[in-house]
Amino acid sequence: MGVLALVLAALAWEGYKLVGSDDGWSAFGVRLLPRADDVSMPHLWQVAQRFGEPELSAAGSSSVLVAVLQAAWFSFRLSLLGWLVGGVIGMLLAVLMQRFRTAQDALLPYVVVSQTVPLVALAPLVVGWGGHLAVFGRPWQPWMSVAAISAYLAFFPVSVGMLRGLESLPATQLGLMHCYAASWWQTLLRLRLPASVGYLVPALRLAAAASVIGAIVAEISTGTRGGIGRLIIEYAQSATGDPAKPWTAIIGAAGLGLAVAGLVGLLDLALHRYHPSAGR
Amino acid sequence: MPDADDVAPSTPAVLLRAAGKTFNPGRPSAVTALTDIELTIAPGEFVSLIGPSGCGKSTLMRLVADLEQPTEGTVEVFGKTPHQARLDQDYGIAFQHAGLLPWRTVQANVELPLELHGIGRADRRARAGELLAMVGLAEFGGHRPDQLSGGMQQRVAIARALAERPRLLLMDEPFGALDEMTRERMQAELVALCQQTGCAVIFVTHSIPEAVYLSHRVAVMSPRPGRISHLIGVDLAERNEDLREDPGFFAAVTAVREALRGHDVQLPPRGVEVR
Repeated sequence: MGVLALVLAALAWEGYKLVGSDDGWSAFGVRLLPRADDVSMPHLWQVAQRFGEPELSAAGSSSVLVAVLQAAWFSFRLSLLGWLVGGVIGMLLAVLMQRFRTAQDALLPYVVVSQTVPLVALAPLVVGWGGHLAVFGRPWQPWMSVAAISAYLAFFPVSVGMLRGLESLPATQLGLMHCYAASWWQTLLRLRLPASVGYLVPALRLAAAASVIGAIVAEISTGTRGGIGRLIIEYAQSATGDPAKPWTAIIGAAGLGLAVAGLVGLLDLALHRYHPSAGR
Repeated sequence: MPDADDVAPSTPAVLLRAAGKTFNPGRPSAVTALTDIELTIAPGEFVSLIGPSGCGKSTLMRLVADLEQPTEGTVEVFGKTPHQARLDQDYGIAFQHAGLLPWRTVQANVELPLELHGIGRADRRARAGELLAMVGLAEFGGHRPDQLSGGMQQRVAIARALAERPRLLLMDEPFGALDEMTRERMQAELVALCQQTGCAVIFVTHSIPEAVYLSHRVAVMSPRPGRISHLIGVDLAERNEDLREDPGFFAAVTAVREALRGHDVQLPPRGVEVR
């Protein structure tokens, strides 16, 4: 199905190039459909070809494919770190909020507000604070800011989704644990955590997407070199002279998102028996 | 787990004295669920609570289970507070929904209470095997709960309730969601289990024949506020499938039905006694 969707997307792209006007289509002075000329929408084979060509005209430059892969790998590691840190923080917050009603009343509004702060406004602050911090005796690195911002986006769906999972239990099961005189800790381990997996996995999937976006936007807004976010900006500058080049970086970013989503898919398989519909 | 010997033979399994329960007391939304409940259940005695919806029969059972606290009077379980009885695991409990954990096997579900109370793995396994055999599910230990029918799931829940060898079993409409045939078979099995284990039972039900078939006494309850209107002793022959055709059985069913309608119960010719 995934392959079919890709083929359909490719057909839509080339089909529009075939029928669309080079100047797009405007009504009342507003362009409603994009330009279909080769600068705005290069042919897919041109983009594919561009992957194999050298990145720069200078001698000894590596191919675009290598550059995109390197950048995607850099961003992948940061996204993954952000996803892990954000996921752990989100789960701990959820457990804390489930345990103490006051913690939920105090924290939940801020958890929601935290996501309304524009990332672009936050990034320079994180870099600024990071300048005063040291991690295990080593000075703060720019990539740490990127991972921190990625984690900041990732923790939100996890904390909210998991809190829901921890609290949505059948009355019978909770009543039974009470009758067994089970401690809060026993109830958490044997009932609440396993029961929350059905909510946790979709939350981790959202968090994975958020961590990738967080990493890419953070790279751009903190000016961190080496990642796919920076590459998108760099390649976009050559859009007029080399229209296929920006698309290679965008495809790289999409591939990065797919790779992270694939990892969550593996996790989902591993946790399959905890899923509410398991075995049906 | 204390042995049965700890308690003097005269100590009732359950004792309610002038017990009552009001939800949201002192507020406009206050609801008196139960009032003036007097009930003594002897060790090994089977008592059913029957009545229309909202008569507080489940609440009464939940008071005994320490799932709710009485707002009036006292509740004792084997001479202790319900709280202490719960900590000592003096009772086993089963609800209308089996409440099995879907990610655990049947065997692991039965082991859950033992696991929570620190029983070793080998002992747990042996006890769960014994219990599953007792409810006729010996071969299903490795199955997942959703591979079992409703009746089988309820059997697992009963096996789990018996895991700690309780001397009191609390059951809140455990057969309520089962079809009539399965229900009758489960009733016969429950009678056999109770004879085997010597458990006292509080059994909440909507079904008159079920209450009569299972019980030594039937507590008929009336709503608003919930109270016990009649306590009907059912003194029948050995409980087996023939009993369902027995005139004494029908007389008892009639007596309970009349009591539920709020009529004064006529003393039937034999087998039923109204206290």
